[in-house]
Amino acid sequence: MSTATPGTRGNAPRNYLNADYGWRSWLFTVDHKRIALLYMVSITFFFVVGGFFAMLMRIHLIEPQGALVQPETYNKLFTLHGVIMIFFFLVPSIPAVLGNFLIPLMIGARDLAFPRLNLLSWYIYIVGGLFTLYSAIAGGVDTGWTFYTPYSSTYSNTQVTAVAVGVFITGFSSILTGLNFIVTIHKMRAPGLTWFRLPLFIWAMYATSIIFTLGTPVLAITLFLLALEHLFHVGIFSPALGGDPLLFQHLFWFYSHPAVYIMILPAMGVVSEIIACFARKRIFGYKIVGFSSVAIAVLGFLVWGHHMFVTGQSIYAGLIFSLLSFLVAIPSAIKVFNWTSTLYKASISYEAPMLYALGFIGLFTMGGLTGMFLAALATDVHLNGTYFIVAHFHYIMVGGAVMGYLGGMHFWWPKISGRKYPNGWAALAAAIVFVGFNLTFFPQFILGYLGMPRRYAFYPAEFQVLNVMSSAGASILGVGYLIPLIYFIWSMRYGPIAEANPWGAKGLEWQTSSPPPTENFTQMPVVTEEAYAYGAEEEPSRG
Amino acid sequence: MAETHAESVGLAHQFEDLAQQHDADTLGIWVFLVTEIMFFGGVFASYAILRWLYFTAFAAGSHLLDVRLGAINTVVLLGSSLTMALSVRSAQIGNRRFLVIFLILTMILGGAFLGVKAYEYNQKFVEHIVPSLDWAPEGAILARLAPGGLDHAKLYFFFYFAMTGLHALHMIIGMGLLLWLVLRARKGNFTPQYFAPVEVVGLYWHFVDIVWIFLFPLLYLIGGRY
Amino acid sequence: MSQQIVPLKTYVTVFVSLIGLTLLTTGVAFIDLGPFNTVVALVIAFCKMLLVIFFFMHLRQSGGLVRIVLLAGFFWLALLIGLTTADYRTRNWTPAPDAWSTTAPPTHP
Repeated sequence: MSTATPGTRGNAPRNYLNADYGWRSWLFTVDHKRIALLYMVSITFFFVVGGFFAMLMRIHLIEPQGALVQPETYNKLFTLHGVIMIFFFLVPSIPAVLGNFLIPLMIGARDLAFPRLNLLSWYIYIVGGLFTLYSAIAGGVDTGWTFYTPYSSTYSNTQVTAVAVGVFITGFSSILTGLNFIVTIHKMRAPGLTWFRLPLFIWAMYATSIIFTLGTPVLAITLFLLALEHLFHVGIFSPALGGDPLLFQHLFWFYSHPAVYIMILPAMGVVSEIIACFARKRIFGYKIVGFSSVAIAVLGFLVWGHHMFVTGQSIYAGLIFSLLSFLVAIPSAIKVFNWTSTLYKASISYEAPMLYALGFIGLFTMGGLTGMFLAALATDVHLNGTYFIVAHFHYIMVGGAVMGYLGGMHFWWPKISGRKYPNGWAALAAAIVFVGFNLTFFPQFILGYLGMPRRYAFYPAEFQVLNVMSSAGASILGVGYLIPLIYFIWSMRYGPIAEANPWGAKGLEWQTSSPPPTENFTQMPVVTEEAYAYGAEEEPSRG
Repeated sequence: MAETHAESVGLAHQFEDLAQQHDADTLGIWVFLVTEIMFFGGVFASYAILRWLYFTAFAAGSHLLDVRLGAINTVVLLGSSLTMALSVRSAQIGNRRFLVIFLILTMILGGAFLGVKAYEYNQKFVEHIVPSLDWAPEGAILARLAPGGLDHAKLYFFFYFAMTGLHALHMIIGMGLLLWLVLRARKGNFTPQYFAPVEVVGLYWHFVDIVWIFLFPLLYLIGGRY
Repeated sequence: MSQQIVPLKTYVTVFVSLIGLTLLTTGVAFIDLGPFNTVVALVIAFCKMLLVIFFFMHLRQSGGLVRIVLLAGFFWLALLIGLTTADYRTRNWTPAPDAWSTTAPPTHP
């Protein structure tokens, strides 16, 4: 077993990491695996920035009158926390890192359909990010990540145009990535790889790409119109001039609701991969799980009005959106049932990826169920605008999507880096994340139910205990996130060398070396077996 | 890769053969056009709602546009779609000379469209009905806009400039793409086996034409001219 | 690649039809059809679009996947416009309550 570190030209086998050196070979690469790493570094940076703003907020909220900042500053903190976490971390995370890295490998292709477009996507993302960072440095934005008009278009004197331009630009990164994925999955599968032999991660990425391509352009035009309004004050969103604030909200949520499915579907795909591997079993109801991904993507476009129940929207529209919101929960629930059915009578091992996947199932279920409280019109009237909503979406976005991302990183790290990380530390970190997360956000359900409004820089004194619990939890959560950062970096130099298939998993990506060569496979694979063809199964494989 | 040089001219490394590459390129541009449908769709939706709310004002604003220029521009743009389709056809049959000629004709017609548009925009400045930049309607124009509400008429002109402006921006990008094609075509880059870039730009150009096909009646012909 | 070459005559015929429809829509605008002016204009525009899509954009020769992609685009556009306008059109189906009175001060301590 060679102890050579990657980068040693001596005896390390040729792979995508040591194929070429120098900053030019990274910044001008068209290799989807290197582009995935460019994204990985970038989104980690933005996660730290967004997390920093969260930290300031939780410190501030230790005291009822606010412990740290002026209310105007607090408004800027929650706005930028939301903008950065959503657009610059969550939306790209799994698709741009794991999707970019894995899709060609999983389907037996040399690269994505449009490698140069892939690199352009990253550059677009960076340019958008720079605009957004500029808006933060040049005074910040205080409108909330939702940019509701007419405050954002007429009355706010913060950097609305800059951040709108930043997010507008980054949207095209998503659009081009989604386009790339759709064409790749349709046109570049290896011989024998029919749709129903694809890994469920691919189904999830395909569904996500549908949302990328059909939803993000509407966000782009909305931000464009917002920027024009902010600059020229013509009035399409301003009641005083004949416009309607709800027009903005309809356009905004038409994208932003499906956006939450952009953030969760890839994580669900990751969870399917992890569960199949660590339960050594084909996912129960494979086809239904695949179809449910597409169903979530489609139905997700029909429910946006549930963000507008208390805005003065037509009550009939509210009724329809409420009903559809209940419907969209069904495919998600189907997935949860299928995962747990897979686990039934399976031979389960509890390595770090599996811990994250199991945590995902529990926390996502809680987040999803609390969404039902909000989908019902009557309860939403009470809970809207409170910390209940904040807890609900953090359970899904952090308890779900971030855990999915971390689980995926732990699962595929040996493939990506050619190194293994210490499982003891990884399991500990997963436990710390789980405990810290629940301590941070469960009190917020209670706070919201008791009536504490969101986006307020102060609160009634009787809510302090729960707020302090939440802040304490946040510090634990932060530690939990720091630990993997340390051992992943450590492993790149000191971790044991990983073999091609350290987990004994099924899937084409495990048939090539860790790390893979630049062209992915020395010989293009031909697929003859079903997905997840692990050992003796409970059910016979159907054709 | 065991293809002969002729079979692999223009073949990118991630594809097995030119047929797969052409398929992928075509699907790619169609998916992109669908994203453009949704992009324009957002502003069309906004327009639809505000027009429904303020029909009188929108009709009054619309009547201040020059229908003849709009119709002429429509014909010009349709002509450019014809020449674009013919340039793709020339590439398909390997006729380099006519490929270049038709591409240049498309550019000329596109340029003519933009020229008329520039003239129309300038007219609006002369008449002082450009929202926020030069909004001071007077005389006969004021008399026509006042009944529907000046603020609401301003909303109409916002959409006029925003929608035709976005469309013109797409046309300018298209002109750039056409120039790129002309330069490549003159170097003999395209063969009957490899002409996907021409087809891809052609599909984009036709899409931009279709957007105008809807912009013309929706902006110029509101409420009729009787 | 495997597409047949569309004859020159077809392209020119389509072009002439498009011009004809343009003249038609312009001419109809000068006739008072009330609300149907808009309907007719949109129908004509739709026909022009179909001509461009099927002939100039070769959809006639394209496979099912491209057609599904395009159909999806139109469906989603219809969703956006339809569901949004549905809100506006149904807002006044429920009459608004009487205006709140602001003369009496709140009575809670």
